[in-house]
Amino acid sequence: MIRIVKYGLGNIAAFANIYRQLNIECATAETAEELASASKIILPGVGAFDWAMRLLVQSGMRECLDDVVLNRKVPVLGVCVGMQMMANSSEEGKLPGLGWVDAEVRRFDESQFTDKTHLPHMGWSTAHPSDDKTLFRDMPDPRFYFLHSYFVAPHRPQDVLAQTDYGARFCSATRVDNIFGVQFHPEKSHQWGIKLLQNFAEL
Amino acid sequence: MVQPRIIPCLLVHEGGLVKTTRFGDPKYVGDPINAVRIFNEKEVDELIVVDIDATREGREPNYRMIADLANECRMPLCYGGGVQTAEQVQRIIGFGVEKVALSAAAVARPELISEAARQIGSQSLVVVLDVARTGLLRRYEVLTHNGKVRTGLDPVDWAKRLEQLGAGEIVVNAIDRDGVMQGYDLELASRIREAITLPMTLLGGAGSLADIENLVRTHRVIGAAAGSLFVFKGKYRAVLINYPNRSEKSTLFERALGSAEVRA
Repeated sequence: MIRIVKYGLGNIAAFANIYRQLNIECATAETAEELASASKIILPGVGAFDWAMRLLVQSGMRECLDDVVLNRKVPVLGVCVGMQMMANSSEEGKLPGLGWVDAEVRRFDESQFTDKTHLPHMGWSTAHPSDDKTLFRDMPDPRFYFLHSYFVAPHRPQDVLAQTDYGARFCSATRVDNIFGVQFHPEKSHQWGIKLLQNFAEL
Repeated sequence: MVQPRIIPCLLVHEGGLVKTTRFGDPKYVGDPINAVRIFNEKEVDELIVVDIDATREGREPNYRMIADLANECRMPLCYGGGVQTAEQVQRIIGFGVEKVALSAAAVARPELISEAARQIGSQSLVVVLDVARTGLLRRYEVLTHNGKVRTGLDPVDWAKRLEQLGAGEIVVNAIDRDGVMQGYDLELASRIREAITLPMTLLGGAGSLADIENLVRTHRVIGAAAGSLFVFKGKYRAVLINYPNRSEKSTLFERALGSAEVRA
């Protein structure tokens, strides 16, 4: 069963509603025991990096998450700040990240913008996937809702699963083995988001 | 490239949805959850929901209603109305709402913006500027409490200040255009757009998709919000929730921006 990590952030219900509509079994995980039984995990998030990390640690699920994801290789999907938390660190905060993806979270360089609007990157943009067999399977021209000023910059180019143009190209999805992250909000991206969440469930 | 956003704005009054004209004369247009479900089907870009009673009545936001809305919304949601403290902002974000809008509380205590932004991040913090022309000179002024309280603030100066304080988006609501459906206040939009680089959304006056097209042509990346346009149909203002479909929207953007831009 897919478990959504309930640590006090992110739109749990929006994910659950989509999976209910798709007839895919899904529930929240609020304890390490619930998390340990997951066949797939979604790590949602909205908010600042340190706040999210602090809440995740306080939830008591951090160690279990490390074990399930790193040792048992259960597929995990980090969303927005959930994706950013998987990196080593963030320019937005002081706390260390989960360190699952060899990457730093960086703020966009504002000098690169030519339009009058700079940050946050807010609204619908296209994702250009490098691999259309996993999360982005059967999705021509996928568009997603973004809301962020920071992005994950992986050290290894092969960890970049998709890129998006905003000022310059940035990494909008990552994959390291069983660990997936998306900067956009699939739970708020209508048909494209629903398809991506379905693809994740069917991995 | 990020697409311009076309955003229905819904007002909650006494538990139901209403549409006002120049901030008065609320007309009942339906049930909030039901409206959200219809907007889900129409794949709207974003939704703004404002509780217009909370600040006036001096009460807390209706958390139950906000949680219900967040659960139902399949598009990004911005909630405003009665939010006074950073703790309230946090609580609302915790329900899975993407953005929280401040208005009167930000005027009363500008440091609230910085406090809340530190916790939830600037990207989720919206400030609404209700603007009208006031006084003998008919200058633009920021008002609060549904247009009842004058602040003495010039909207351009206030927008610049908000950017420094850490706001993530400015929603400019032209009170004189509210419910009138005769076009956006493009002069007001341009003045504020020149002063800041934050994402900006304009509300008040949209009467047709052509009005949105005009706004997008001038400002490119902008939020075009509307109330009446998406809840009324025809000159008798029959209640009918509507929104441009995918092809109408891309035609609109292509006409306003050129097709190369839209594909990027």
